[in-house]
Amino acid sequence: MELRPILSTLRRHKTTAWLLVLEIALTCAIVCNAVFMIGHRLQHMHMTTGIDEHALVQIQLAEIAPTPDIFARAREDLAVLRQVPGVQAVALTNQLPLGGSSSNASIKLDPAQREPTLSAGTYFGDGIPQTMGARLVAGRNLQPDEIVNADVVVKALASGNTKGLPAVVTVITKALADRLWPGQNPLGKTIYLTDQVGVRVVGVLADLVRANAYNDATAHYSVVLPLFMGAGKDQSYVIRTRPQDRETVLKAAVAALKKADPERVVTQQRTYDELREKFFANDRAMAGILVGVIVALLTVTALGIVGLASFWVGQRRRTIGVRRALGATRGDILRYFQAENFLLATFGIVLGMALAYGINLFLMLHYELPRLPGIYLPVGALALWAIGQLAVLGPALRAAAVPPVVATRSV
Amino acid sequence: MFGYYLDLAMRSLARNKALTALMVLAIALGIGASMTTLTVLYVLSGDPLPGRSGTLYYPQIDPRDNSGIMPGKEPPEQLTLIDGLNLLHAKRADRQALMTGGAVPIKPDSAAIDPFYVEARYTTADFFAMFGAPFRYGHGWNAADDEAKARDVVISSELNERLFGGANSVGRTLRVAGSLLRIVGVLDDWTPSPHFYDLNTGSYGYAEQVFMPLQTALDLQVDHNGSTDCWGNGTGGVGRIYPSSSCVWMQLWVQLDTPIKAADYKEFLVHYSEQQKALGRFVKAPNVRLRNVMQWLAYQQVVPDDVRLQAGLAFGFLLVCLVNTVGLMLAKFLRRAGELSVRRALGASRRALFAQLLVESGVVGLVGGVGGLLLALLGLWVVRHRPSDYAALAHLDPAMLLTTFLLALGASLLAGLLPAWRACQVAPALQLKSN
Repeated sequence: MELRPILSTLRRHKTTAWLLVLEIALTCAIVCNAVFMIGHRLQHMHMTTGIDEHALVQIQLAEIAPTPDIFARAREDLAVLRQVPGVQAVALTNQLPLGGSSSNASIKLDPAQREPTLSAGTYFGDGIPQTMGARLVAGRNLQPDEIVNADVVVKALASGNTKGLPAVVTVITKALADRLWPGQNPLGKTIYLTDQVGVRVVGVLADLVRANAYNDATAHYSVVLPLFMGAGKDQSYVIRTRPQDRETVLKAAVAALKKADPERVVTQQRTYDELREKFFANDRAMAGILVGVIVALLTVTALGIVGLASFWVGQRRRTIGVRRALGATRGDILRYFQAENFLLATFGIVLGMALAYGINLFLMLHYELPRLPGIYLPVGALALWAIGQLAVLGPALRAAAVPPVVATRSV
Repeated sequence: MFGYYLDLAMRSLARNKALTALMVLAIALGIGASMTTLTVLYVLSGDPLPGRSGTLYYPQIDPRDNSGIMPGKEPPEQLTLIDGLNLLHAKRADRQALMTGGAVPIKPDSAAIDPFYVEARYTTADFFAMFGAPFRYGHGWNAADDEAKARDVVISSELNERLFGGANSVGRTLRVAGSLLRIVGVLDDWTPSPHFYDLNTGSYGYAEQVFMPLQTALDLQVDHNGSTDCWGNGTGGVGRIYPSSSCVWMQLWVQLDTPIKAADYKEFLVHYSEQQKALGRFVKAPNVRLRNVMQWLAYQQVVPDDVRLQAGLAFGFLLVCLVNTVGLMLAKFLRRAGELSVRRALGASRRALFAQLLVESGVVGLVGGVGGLLLALLGLWVVRHRPSDYAALAHLDPAMLLTTFLLALGASLLAGLLPAWRACQVAPALQLKSN
């Protein structure tokens, strides 16, 4: 295909051609980045939690008047819940994976360290991994006799006298173990939560995601500590049941708790699936908006190409007729307009790539987005080439249908 | 002349209905999307207390030990209880209020209403006057009530409506967390947004329904809500044990009427830090900040990233729509070069041609702009029905309405000027020869 005649025609329509190139470039740049951001959000939304999500329900209760002994109250509640038909296991926990509201601790490997190594989510409770279905890959889970009431620890730390506390052990996630001691056996190693409190690792979980898992890189850093928090409005009862029994068990469990003590308010009762959906609601909405933007941009650009090409076809009817009269086939005319569009799209795409890269740099600076992987650039390019060819097909076919006799007619 | 041009424009636009619709729709979509996102952005980055926010400051000091802290870093975002009380009692500002958030159970007298939990703020006397919280009935408590741990409570109009049907409930009692408190005031509708004084409990569309003296709340050991950051052996507490002395969980706001007073107050914070260091409570060199409301909101980056991203996307989209319309309009005008050169040859000046074409593109821009405004209203309606915490705030105010009109006008001019100018460059008779 000879490109020179096309270029020379375009030179006669420089401003219009440049506007189309600019439009394609802008669309290409935004689409590349939008597709990338959608991918980023989807990846985040598919985060694995390491727990048996479809088998869990959560209940939160708050007292109407202060409870004299929150620890006894929580143990009574747990006993009540275990009696509910369909309940396979139940635990009191200070947070749930992807729950949003979180408890975290700075972790040091050496108490003399000035900067903590990292921050990890801290799960407090008895039987959390077993109830939630977090799989143990090494060592053992925490034993019931290792669990201490939280007030004992709080008071000991406040007085500075931690001697009386039992030796603290913990179960940590594999991601955390690999980050703290790459390639080593974490069992028996010690992490420091304060200068004085060293905690020995006795077990490793395949995964147990944090409650505030906003950052994919640190989302899987969690420790489970043998602290029993007692009843409170921020604590949750997490119940494990068969997936098909969740709704009935949830209702029965709430009724049983209310019956045990009517003087309280149920502030939360939901399946874990609902909790997860709420955590990612914003990401889902944003991904939807991005898809909408891509569709709108490509539509507007495609319609723009259709419009412009139609004009050019109309304007060049006589020229086309002359070419046809001189022996050009319909295919030649069709290919001419397709090639013209391909050329414009290519200019636009090249410009758009540079622009896409620039936008990505800006986003990296302001929105903590990673670098745009090279793979997204050809995706944008292919999308625009395809859209361009599709959009120009109609006008080009109309051009090809121009009969040679047009050449003999005057305006 | 204008009428004639308008007539010409209408005829020309009617000749290519699909194309005209496309151009109008592109501009309308671009403006609609930009105005929707811009309005949300504008509302979210708004001033929660216009007229007052400039004199309200948020003191920060650094009571942390040396472990885990590098020099030059920002001090904690809240205060310990003891520092908060010290600064409160120093009374160095025109007004000051120490506070933290919580949630309390309310047990109505009427058995018909089940007990429920509401968000609460535990604060000190100056809170209402300093933030200009309007009272419907009664008034706040005073500093003596603070010290006396008075069993007083101020409730929101919403709670008053729920419990007392909106009647004047001042003097009646309310059972809060098992204790009887006396209602001393009922607030009028008041939801400063962003919830600047404590962003930990929620940033937008968040309002407490119960306000009680801080000392009373601590005495009753009601639940604390919000962020707690600890260091050393500090723990965030459990049950009825509050966060320990090496935890920050209090917010102090001060009113400083002049910049000189603000400078003096900052010096006072440095002096206080030095004094505490001499006493052995603080370890680090003084590390203080004193931001006013808007500076604090900017530092806290209260506007969600996604909202700014959406505004950016919308403007990118508007740009593409504009380029698209300019291109189409230009192609259309240039195709009429024959007609235009005839008009030139018949004596029309370049200026007259320009005016004629500008009227045509102006019509497209204006109709697109009006369409954009309607789409923006629709867009905001959609935003209001989304489950985000700022949903209720998404309304078009006069300032944004004006901005929309200016944007629409600017967009239509932009979309019209270039094609009109380019097309009226046509030579009088040249086009007649060929074609």
